[in-house]
Amino acid sequence: MTVLEFDRVTKTYAVRGAGHIKALDDVSFTLTSGQTIGLVGQSGSGKSTIAKILTQLETPTSGQVRLDGEPIPRRGAGLRAYRQKLRMVFQDPFASLNPYHSVRYHLERPLRLDDVVPRAGLDDEVRRLLERVRLDPDVVIDRRPHELSGGQRQRVAIARALASRPRLLVADEPVSMLDVSIRLGVLNLLADLRREEGLGVLYITHDLATARHFSDEIMVLNQGRVVESGPADDVILRPQDPYTRALRAASPDPETHFASVSGVDGGVR
Amino acid sequence: MTAVQPQLPTEDAVEAGTTATTAVRGRSRVPWRFLAGRAAFYLFTLWAAVTINFVLPRMMKGDAVSQYLSRNRNVSPEAADALRSLLGLDTDKTLVQQYVDYWVLLLRGDLGVSLLHGLRPVTEVISQALPWTVGLVGFATVVSFAVGTVGGAVVGWRRGSRLDALIPVTTFLATIPYFWLGLLGIALFSVNLRWFPIGKAYGVGMRPEWSAEFVGQVIHHGTLPAVTIVIASLGGWMLGMRNMMLTVLDEDYVTVAQAKGLPNSRVLWRYAARNAVLPQIQSFALSIGFIVGGTIVMEMVFSYPGVGKLLLDATNAKDYALMQGVFLVITLSVLVANILADVAYAFLDPRTRQTEA
Amino acid sequence: MTTDLRTEPAPGLPTERAPRPRASARARLGSAFAMFRNRKSITGLAILGFFVLVAVLADVLAPYSPTKVDNTARLQPPSAEHWLGTTHLGEDVLSQVVHGTRGVIVVGFLAAIMATIIAVVVGVVAGYLRGWRSESLSALTNVFLVIPGLPLIIIVASMFDDPPLVVIAAVLGLTGWAWGARVLRAQTMSLRNRDFVQAARANGEPLRRIIGHEMLPNLMALIAASFVGTVTAAILGLTTLSYIGVIPVNTYNWGTILNWASAQGAFRQNQWWWFLPPGLCIAAIGVALSLINFGIDEYVNPRLRSAGERARAMKKRGLDVNDAVTAVRTTPSAREDA
Repeated sequence: MTVLEFDRVTKTYAVRGAGHIKALDDVSFTLTSGQTIGLVGQSGSGKSTIAKILTQLETPTSGQVRLDGEPIPRRGAGLRAYRQKLRMVFQDPFASLNPYHSVRYHLERPLRLDDVVPRAGLDDEVRRLLERVRLDPDVVIDRRPHELSGGQRQRVAIARALASRPRLLVADEPVSMLDVSIRLGVLNLLADLRREEGLGVLYITHDLATARHFSDEIMVLNQGRVVESGPADDVILRPQDPYTRALRAASPDPETHFASVSGVDGGVR
Repeated sequence: MTAVQPQLPTEDAVEAGTTATTAVRGRSRVPWRFLAGRAAFYLFTLWAAVTINFVLPRMMKGDAVSQYLSRNRNVSPEAADALRSLLGLDTDKTLVQQYVDYWVLLLRGDLGVSLLHGLRPVTEVISQALPWTVGLVGFATVVSFAVGTVGGAVVGWRRGSRLDALIPVTTFLATIPYFWLGLLGIALFSVNLRWFPIGKAYGVGMRPEWSAEFVGQVIHHGTLPAVTIVIASLGGWMLGMRNMMLTVLDEDYVTVAQAKGLPNSRVLWRYAARNAVLPQIQSFALSIGFIVGGTIVMEMVFSYPGVGKLLLDATNAKDYALMQGVFLVITLSVLVANILADVAYAFLDPRTRQTEA
Repeated sequence: MTTDLRTEPAPGLPTERAPRPRASARARLGSAFAMFRNRKSITGLAILGFFVLVAVLADVLAPYSPTKVDNTARLQPPSAEHWLGTTHLGEDVLSQVVHGTRGVIVVGFLAAIMATIIAVVVGVVAGYLRGWRSESLSALTNVFLVIPGLPLIIIVASMFDDPPLVVIAAVLGLTGWAWGARVLRAQTMSLRNRDFVQAARANGEPLRRIIGHEMLPNLMALIAASFVGTVTAAILGLTTLSYIGVIPVNTYNWGTILNWASAQGAFRQNQWWWFLPPGLCIAAIGVALSLINFGIDEYVNPRLRSAGERARAMKKRGLDVNDAVTAVRTTPSAREDA
């Protein structure tokens, strides 16, 4: 069991000439392996900042992040051990893979950095990873990113995240740049892998529907503050906070008649 | 020259790493912070140029420089002192003291005396030559930039047409060395066709004055050098502008403008060219240094009495004080031109104004 | 391209597929040089290769020694014995041009190598770092960019009595790195924010691997273009300096030949065989290098490549790419979209 605690974290950026921007304001949550938290909010609410702090690309201005009770080390072997346990899947499948390198290279690097398998077993492990994300190794292993479709790229990104056998996964809007028709496939893959590996997942999204489908708990973020959190169904079906209510009302529902949505008069009949 | 990268949007937001910037209204239309930053940079560059000028003669073999002074006995004592400070012969003082004295001299406007020109003050010699260079370079560069940019916009607009052939032609002309083009020009137009005189800015025996005849002679003598500079530098402007146009024409806002039904000429000039020209202005500022280099050579080829020829004559005669002085003046002029280009850019690009907020 | 959704074999059955061999080294090398594979680059490389060959084989190719004086054959136009005629001392112009190639190629490439190394180090480091370190490197680059190069080189070169080629190359290189550094810094800054670099950092890749293996391959095209551009600038600089006479005229290059020709009044006396070939050679090498750079430009910015093609294809079907409204056909066209 791995427990990640995000404890009263605040993150402020200083902007030249415009003072300060508070990206996160006193945010706290706990992520346990085997559990999925959905982090919901609109653009600019601070979701990506949380992801960056978790992957140590940024450091909190105040507050602390702890893994299994220990604060995350800033450097050295401790940081390396932390990085092996928490991995991220990025939003943009086009940008998160290096256009110059093959799929094989992308998967071999984390294996070698964390000494997951001995040199001789690298090729087999790469193939195993590809098969787990349901890609045919013989077809994709020597391809470059531009020779793959968006969905295939995202699967490679997921495989790369799983290479080091992490306990926790941060998925930063993993399907929002994919075609709607293949989103469910990738999400189902994530759900299967999560179950097989017992991963704790922080699923960051702006889409309430997939958040509810995918997560045990949901946290709603508005301008850097957590305005509501709780079990997924509770938050979606019985939202307490006005912002959450507005978010839910703004989600398009093909079953609803235009005119019956509150606040819209004279809709198209 | 590879295509220039388009500018990143509001730098601060990208650096801050977050999209959570609140829109702040701009306070004024004059981009003070941008200009102040550039001014600081130019002051730093000026300091660097002066320091280079200070260091250079001190790296030369000492006897060469003291020979220089001993060659000329009738230098006045004050002038001799100034020369010693300028050329690094005052080795009885500490380096720091020398540096300070050097700056004092410069700020007083004393650049020493020119041995090549009968011990006249260097500042006087240079100020006689400078207007010729500024006139020639300024005129030729402006014409070349204008023709090249407009031409590049048209070639980019009419992509795929026969105009595309202009690009390799002008680029070929740009790879020909300036001086060879000038010499060919002389060989063809002056020697063979006798349309233009072989060199100099005005006829032998004439004295500079504001008469119609003199002005006519200036234009007559100046045409060949100016045209040569224009032809040689046209290619670079045209290519850069055309590449930027092709990139801009792919942008969505151009498609929107066309779909709105705006006339082609308006889309071409007010939308596409207006945005494509911004990097051109940047590269114009940067290339002023190169233009100056080309002009120096041109002046030698045509015996044009500008600062370039002054520098070359001084180099050949080892007139170190004059060499230093000309280098300083040239650098100063390049800096001023850069500042003007930066001011123009700041007012033309609304994004620089916005980062003031 | 289909997304392979469920291709895992049924449980229990062994997979029979033989593992595919890794992409051969040759294929990987080929893709590394993809930027050179278009017509323009190949033409440019061919011309450049020709000159390099001439430089290497100068002793074999030149019919005479370039300094062989022949008083009986002064200032002669091209003939069977002297393909490019003779100089005022009866020296064979062709031999001089052939031998001159060596100086030009050596100095050009040497200067460009030095300048590019400096540009890469300064530019990439300045682009990757942040804060005052990046700003000060950028200020340094801009200073070198603004200070006019040719006057500086003239003054520095005049301080040496008899500079060897290496020194000349060094001076040219040290004044010519700034443009490449500036471009590389901008591109590195843009790359640094890309997700794959962030992913590498998040995975714990050490800094030297991030710069060397993640960023540099994506910068190769830019570095190549900068190198080629610097060679052009160095060659033009060298020949100009030689023509001016700032570089002593005991080294052979096309510029010094023009210096002698000009000093002897060749331009005024229409001795075209003397002054045309060296200048044409400089132009030819310049064209070759520009072509290579065009090819790289089109590789980097595919819009440059396809823009003209698309417009021409539309023209063939009677459409103008700049039309505001797409014409609607009422009769089906005979040709389909390519």
